[in-house]
Amino acid sequence: MSIGLLIFVFVLAIFLGVELISKVPSQLHTPLMSGTNAISGITIVGALTATGSGADLLATLLGTAAIIFATINVVGGYLVTNRMLAMFKLRGKEKK
Amino acid sequence: MTDYSQTLIDLGYILASILFIVGIKMLGRPEQARRGNLLSALGMLIAIVAVLFECCLDYTWVITGLAIGSLIGLIAARTVKMTSMPQMVALLNGFGGIASFLVGWENYHSQPDSTLFVRVAVLLAVLIGGVAFSGSLVAYGKLAGKISGRPILIGGHRWLTIGILAALLICSALLIYFPPGPLLYVVFVLFMVLSLALGVFGVIPIGGADMPVVIALLNSYSGLAACAAGFIILNNVLIVAGSLVGASGLILTGIMCKAMNRSLGNVLFSGFKAASRTAATTTVQGEPKPITAEDAYYILEAARSVVFVPGYGMAVAQAQHAVRELGEILENNGAEVRYAIHPVAGRMPGHMNVLLAEANVLYEQLAEMDDVNPIMETVDVCIVIGANDVVNPAAREIESSPIYGMPVINADKARTVLILKRSMAPGFAGVDNPLFVKENSRMLFGDAKATVQQLVAQFKES
Repeated sequence: MSIGLLIFVFVLAIFLGVELISKVPSQLHTPLMSGTNAISGITIVGALTATGSGADLLATLLGTAAIIFATINVVGGYLVTNRMLAMFKLRGKEKK
Repeated sequence: MTDYSQTLIDLGYILASILFIVGIKMLGRPEQARRGNLLSALGMLIAIVAVLFECCLDYTWVITGLAIGSLIGLIAARTVKMTSMPQMVALLNGFGGIASFLVGWENYHSQPDSTLFVRVAVLLAVLIGGVAFSGSLVAYGKLAGKISGRPILIGGHRWLTIGILAALLICSALLIYFPPGPLLYVVFVLFMVLSLALGVFGVIPIGGADMPVVIALLNSYSGLAACAAGFIILNNVLIVAGSLVGASGLILTGIMCKAMNRSLGNVLFSGFKAASRTAATTTVQGEPKPITAEDAYYILEAARSVVFVPGYGMAVAQAQHAVRELGEILENNGAEVRYAIHPVAGRMPGHMNVLLAEANVLYEQLAEMDDVNPIMETVDVCIVIGANDVVNPAAREIESSPIYGMPVINADKARTVLILKRSMAPGFAGVDNPLFVKENSRMLFGDAKATVQQLVAQFKES
């Protein structure tokens, strides 16, 4: 993949991100943060491919450690966000 | 690996990117947020499945890593208390950062002689990921009370930071311009250590009240680090997802800064603390008027409209359930009850909303600052619970005050203000609060939870 194309995608994605989240009600600030935080665990894709290069044991261990941390980030992040949003959801429906 | 299956993998990445975009968009809307989160989780799953079909993965390690990480993540997410959410978010964020850091290190270790572009990306992943990791750990320590939440300033702090930055620049120049070798590996290790040090020294001088800004910013960094990792392995899904997170973190940072009427630079490198000490003392005159829970009961008993203003003190005292109980009693007593939430109340963006939601406070009762300020004059009683700077009228009235210009909740405009507070100590910013001595203010000293429970008991007795 050409470098120019990657940078092109990067710039467009930044703009898209800014457009997507220009106004968020404050009760969603925490879930938005922890939800996007889980998305930043996408680095797990990099971690998984890193195990493949396998130059030596250190490389493999670094890759595996990266997988562990990224997986905690992903799994923990999504579950925590879901837990919070589930609490938010309860309201409104229950009473009213 | 045939072209055909590579195309399928790429389609998986595209699908994942789309799900992230739609998921983030929905996360910003209350009624769709939960589904948005699930969609983005689905996107993550698709991306992980897709990458498993990439060439030459070592599945023993892949499965080991995924299993250990999933288990830890699962247990942590299940067991964490809602009151510990700020430090949990900080910690998870740090893990994302260190993962990108390690991806960068692994790449340099295995292929030190890669192209210039990849080498720059490796340095960026290590730098940003390292800062996100160590910065988040310090933030975690501060939020969990393991290290002091007060700003910690070491002598010559500014020079130290500048020194680290200069050393980082020199190291990266060496690493980019010279061919790799054993000596340069040492430089690379130094670069990694310096990146981690930068995160520590960047966050440690920042006070607890500024944590919402720092957490949002570190959130943005971990996204950008993932983005840099995407440039290393030349993968678009990392770049898209990482930059989306980077952008959203920056926007949230901007919202937090605006809510404090300060620039990002001011938060990160502030002499705020020092300045406030000198300016604060002269301006406030008068005596606070302490009352008992019984007196407060009579005030509340007659109130037809009540606004709660929660702050970090409510989180510390874990008073949210008691507060909700009092709120319900007041409602049954015929009062209209609302909760006014300042954007930077607490220690992370939206902290108070999470706590009150945990205590089952109704969504409709939560009001944002801009909605509640215009009607404050019509409110009978405003109950300030462990909040200080976010209700400080000095921000409107006293031009010399360090927080002058910060948007605040106008608690002082209510007919009566009840302030629940441990003692007369100034708030986190170290700024005196004229609200406490205003004519219509009454102080209820003591632990917030115990005080609210006393009030509840008073209502139940009668």
